[in-house]
Amino acid sequence: MADTLLDKLWRAHTVRTLPSGQTQLFIGLHLIHEVTSPQAFQMLREAGLTVRYPERTFATIDHIVPTASQARPFADAMAEQMTVHLTRNCKEFGISFFDLDNDRQGIVHVIGPELGLTQPGMTIACGDSHTSTHGALGALAFGIGTSQVRDILATQCLAMAKPKLRQIRVEGRLTRGVYAKDVILAIIRRLGVKGGVGYAYEYAGSAVTAMSMEERLTICNMSIEGGARAGYVNPDATTFEYLRERPFAPHGEAFDRAVRWWKSMTTDPDATFDDIVILRASSIEPMLTWGINPGQSIGVSERIPHPHDAPDVDRAAWAEALAFMDLESGQPIAGTPIDVAFIGSCTNGRLSDLRVTAEVVRGRKVAKGIRALVVPGSQAVARAAEAEGLHEIFLAAGFSWRKAGCSLCLGMNEDKLTGREICAASSNRNFKGRMGSPTGRTLLMSPAMVAAAAIAGEVVDVREMLP
Amino acid sequence: MKQNDIRRQIAGRAIPLPGNDIDTDRIIPARFLKCITFEGLEAHVFEDDRRQMPDHPFNQARYQGATILIVGQNFGCGSSREHAPEALRRWGIRGIVGESFAEIFFGNCTAIGLPCLALDAEGVAWLEDAVSRCQEQEVLLDVEHRLVRVGERSVPAMIPDGARNQLLTGTWNAMGVLLDAGNEIDRVARSLPYVNGY
Ligand code: SF4
Repeated sequence: MADTLLDKLWRAHTVRTLPSGQTQLFIGLHLIHEVTSPQAFQMLREAGLTVRYPERTFATIDHIVPTASQARPFADAMAEQMTVHLTRNCKEFGISFFDLDNDRQGIVHVIGPELGLTQPGMTIACGDSHTSTHGALGALAFGIGTSQVRDILATQCLAMAKPKLRQIRVEGRLTRGVYAKDVILAIIRRLGVKGGVGYAYEYAGSAVTAMSMEERLTICNMSIEGGARAGYVNPDATTFEYLRERPFAPHGEAFDRAVRWWKSMTTDPDATFDDIVILRASSIEPMLTWGINPGQSIGVSERIPHPHDAPDVDRAAWAEALAFMDLESGQPIAGTPIDVAFIGSCTNGRLSDLRVTAEVVRGRKVAKGIRALVVPGSQAVARAAEAEGLHEIFLAAGFSWRKAGCSLCLGMNEDKLTGREICAASSNRNFKGRMGSPTGRTLLMSPAMVAAAAIAGEVVDVREMLP
Repeated sequence: MKQNDIRRQIAGRAIPLPGNDIDTDRIIPARFLKCITFEGLEAHVFEDDRRQMPDHPFNQARYQGATILIVGQNFGCGSSREHAPEALRRWGIRGIVGESFAEIFFGNCTAIGLPCLALDAEGVAWLEDAVSRCQEQEVLLDVEHRLVRVGERSVPAMIPDGARNQLLTGTWNAMGVLLDAGNEIDRVARSLPYVNGY
C-alpha cells in the first residue's frame, strides 16, 4: 500500500492505542523554552516524577531575552526570574540548555534545524505553536501546551489523534522579488486562517522542491497561521546536504546509514491525500497583510479591500480589522506609511533572510524617523552575518543590529511598539497587540519588502528596488 | 479516576463573546506570560480588548459569575500558550461552546478538563440569542450525549471521540494513561533509527 510520510511517521512512533481512541505517540525530540515550561516542571515535581528521557529534550532561551544589553541580572526582574528557573530546572533534570552564554543559543525554531537536532523521520514537539517549522526537514512537528510539555517530560509521549493530510502543491517558478514568505502568505490567503484545522500540510510541487532549506523553514513555520498544526516537506537531497556536518546530525558512516533511512521516510509516489490544493508560483506577487490576522493579506499592487468584498462570515471581521489598522478601503496598499521596520523572528531571522535584506539596503539609508532593527534568529546566524559584513551594511543604513531572540515578534522584552505605531515586519503574526502595544499595528511581509519599506518610509514594491 | 475528574455535563450561566478568529494573544496578552505559575492570570483575561471596549462582555456586571463561554469560529487561534485556557478557567469558565476551535487551544482546554463543544452557526446564534434575552438562563453542555440544552430545547453538538472519551473517563490529564504504557515506550524508542545512532 502506498503511504504518505505522515502515515510512516505515525506508524513508526505509535506506542499503542489509548482507551480514549487516541494514539500514544513517542516524541523523538522535545524542545523547551522559558515561557511555556516552568509550570510543566512544577507539575512534574508535584506528581513526584522525573524526566524520562532527559537526553531527548533541549532547552533554549529566546522569548524574553533583551536584544540590546544582555548583562545579568536583566533589568526586567521577571525575565531574570524566568531565566533562573529554566537554568535550575534544566540542571535538576539533566537537560542540555543553550543559555545566553552558550554560542548555540537562539530562537528555538532557528537553532533546532541549525544544530542538526531536527532530522527527517522524527516526531518533534515544543510548547510553542511555530514548532511546525521543523517539518521543513521531513519531520512531524507540532506545537503543544504546557500540560503536554509535562506529559512529554514524564513519558516522552503525547496522546494525539492522527490529523488528516492536505497536499499543497506550488508549481512553476517564483518571479523576481517573490520569496517563500510570499508563498505562505498566498497559501493562507487562499485557504484561510482556519482552513488547516484538523489537517497537517504536505508542501510539494516544483517551486517547493526548488527551495533551499531556509525557504522551506519559512513556509512550514507559518502552517499554524493557516490553522494546520503541522506542515512538512518530504526530505530530499537538499535536506541531506543541509544536515551534513551539523553538530547533532550523524557523522561519517552513521550519516550514510541515516540518509538511507531518511530516503525511505518520504511519501510514496502513488499515495493519496484527503485533499489537494494547487497554486501557480508565477501568479504570486510580493504579499503583505492589511488586517489583524495573517489571512488578511493582498499583493503589493492591490488596493486595500472593502468589507463589502468579504465573504458574508468575514464581513464584520474585515470592518473591525480595517478600523483597527486605520487603513482606507480602495486605496493602494503601497504608500502606507510605517514607523518601525523589524527584520527577525523564527519565520525570517536566518542568514538567507539577512542577505536579502542587505541586498536591498546596501548603499541606502533608512527613511527619516523610522526605527529599524535587525534581530538575528540565533547567535550562529549573527556570527555568520558578521563574518560576511552584513551587520556593517545594516548599521550604515541606519538599522540597529541586535542580539539573538524573539524580540519585537511578540514584545516580551524591551523591544515593543508604542501607541499606534505601525510596523513592517518579517515575523508571522499581526494580531492586535502582538508587538507589545495594545493598539500597535503590524504589516507582515517578506524581509525584502520590510527592507524596502524601511528605506522608503512606506510600503513599496521591493521589485522596484532590487538590483 | 476520581469522580470529580469526570466531565459529563457542565451547567451554568453563559457569557457570549461574539466574533471569529479570536486569538490567544487577545485572550491573554504576551506581557502576562512573564510568570512562572498560572496564578492570578484571571485578572488579565482579555485585558487589552476590555480596555479598548468598555462594553466587552467580560466587563459587564450581568455576566460576572458565568461559567459557560459562547464563542464564534476558530476561537483560540495563534500561540500555544496554555495561559489562555488557564486564564479563562481561573476567571470561572468551566466549558466553552462555539462554532469551531483552533486545534492547540482545543487540546490545551481538554488537558485541563475544560470541555469545548462545537455547534453549527445556527446553533450558536440561537444560544447567543437565548442567553442575551435572559442571562439568568441556565445552559447545559452535555459532553456525554453531545448536546447543548437551554430550557426545553437542545441542539446537537460536536466533540471528537478522543477528547470526549478523555472527559467522560476522567483521563483528560493524559499523563497517567501515558505512564501506564511502561516499557512499551522504551521498545518504540529502541526501534527508532535516530535514537540508536542510526
Ligand atoms: S520569533 Fe515569534 S513566533 Fe517565533 S518563537 Fe519567538 S515569539 Fe514565537
